[in-house]
Amino acid sequence: MSGKAHKHDTWSRALFKQFKDAGVTMFTYVPDAGNARLVELAEEDNETRAILLTTEEEGIAIAAGADLVGKKSVLMMQSSGTGNCPNFLSFVNGGRFPVLMMISMRGEYGEQNPWQYPMGQAVDAILEAMGVLVFRVDREDELEGAATAAINAAWRGGQGAALVLTQKFLGAKAF
Amino acid sequence: MTEITLDRTDCLPHIFPDQADWLFVTGLAGPARDGAALTKDGANMFTMAGCMGAAITTGLGMALGAPDRQVAVIAGDGEMMMNIGSLATVASQGPKNLTLVCVDNGSHGETGGQPGHTARRTNLAKMAEGAGIERVLTVTSAKGLKEANDFVHAGDGPRFLWLRVMPGEPCAFKRNMNPTECRMRFRSAYLGA
Repeated sequence: MSGKAHKHDTWSRALFKQFKDAGVTMFTYVPDAGNARLVELAEEDNETRAILLTTEEEGIAIAAGADLVGKKSVLMMQSSGTGNCPNFLSFVNGGRFPVLMMISMRGEYGEQNPWQYPMGQAVDAILEAMGVLVFRVDREDELEGAATAAINAAWRGGQGAALVLTQKFLGAKAF
Repeated sequence: MTEITLDRTDCLPHIFPDQADWLFVTGLAGPARDGAALTKDGANMFTMAGCMGAAITTGLGMALGAPDRQVAVIAGDGEMMMNIGSLATVASQGPKNLTLVCVDNGSHGETGGQPGHTARRTNLAKMAEGAGIERVLTVTSAKGLKEANDFVHAGDGPRFLWLRVMPGEPCAFKRNMNPTECRMRFRSAYLGA
């Protein structure tokens, strides 16, 4: 499924433009339904690159390496990958590296898979523990403002920032 | 079993005599000291003392962001094994300007020399090849250092150089371990701002 047939096409296009306008050239990801369309857009665009990871924390290191040469990378992943990230998030509080994550949530509102709840419910605590600011999106009309705030927190404010797309916004997967 | 006679403190100056032309990332522990001795803790090198497993992909982000520069990652075998999947992440992107150098002493030197996987059955050259990195070289003695120098200077990357070294202390070079200062120093030198 791609292009306009994709259920997340409209907001993904708008968010991709926001990221690109902010100077993002690298989109690192572990695949998820919530970032699938953004990955396609990053692959189709001549000025951006989609980078498939083997585990989520690689995306934080790529962002750090890109920052050292003045480039911007955003890490896109499902909430279940949050638990793979804390040690590498030492780049944020330890090194003052700006890091921007886009997390599509599982294990919360409407979830039917019991395996998703433990990590989904721990996302905020983990991010808070490692000094990453959370910008939550429950409705489509909140997305642009939250994305702007997260982008500015990271690359103007020098913070770790996570744009968290909730299941109220994305919808829950049926089992 | 291959006889290993390579002295780690002898390697990097022979392989990177032109170190000032490169951008470097090192992983934590011994390879960070060996790297810092090479550049005299220069602003063209970002050394780590934590985030074990992050060196390869930090170098990848740097290489993709600076395609007109040669980038080398200097990392130990423990660092490599901790995020060995990163070799696949590198291979899929195929950065022509990225060289991965593993200084493999077969042990976790920083924590007391406990044996690592490469001292047992693990072959990092095969893992790099299996991940899809086509250019791989293994060096086990000082005789191979000229070939290693040629290897990192010729053809396209990504390259994987496996330096199998004897047990022994890394270079005794003290470096700045403040990551914020090292970030600013690197960016100022590279970006000129």
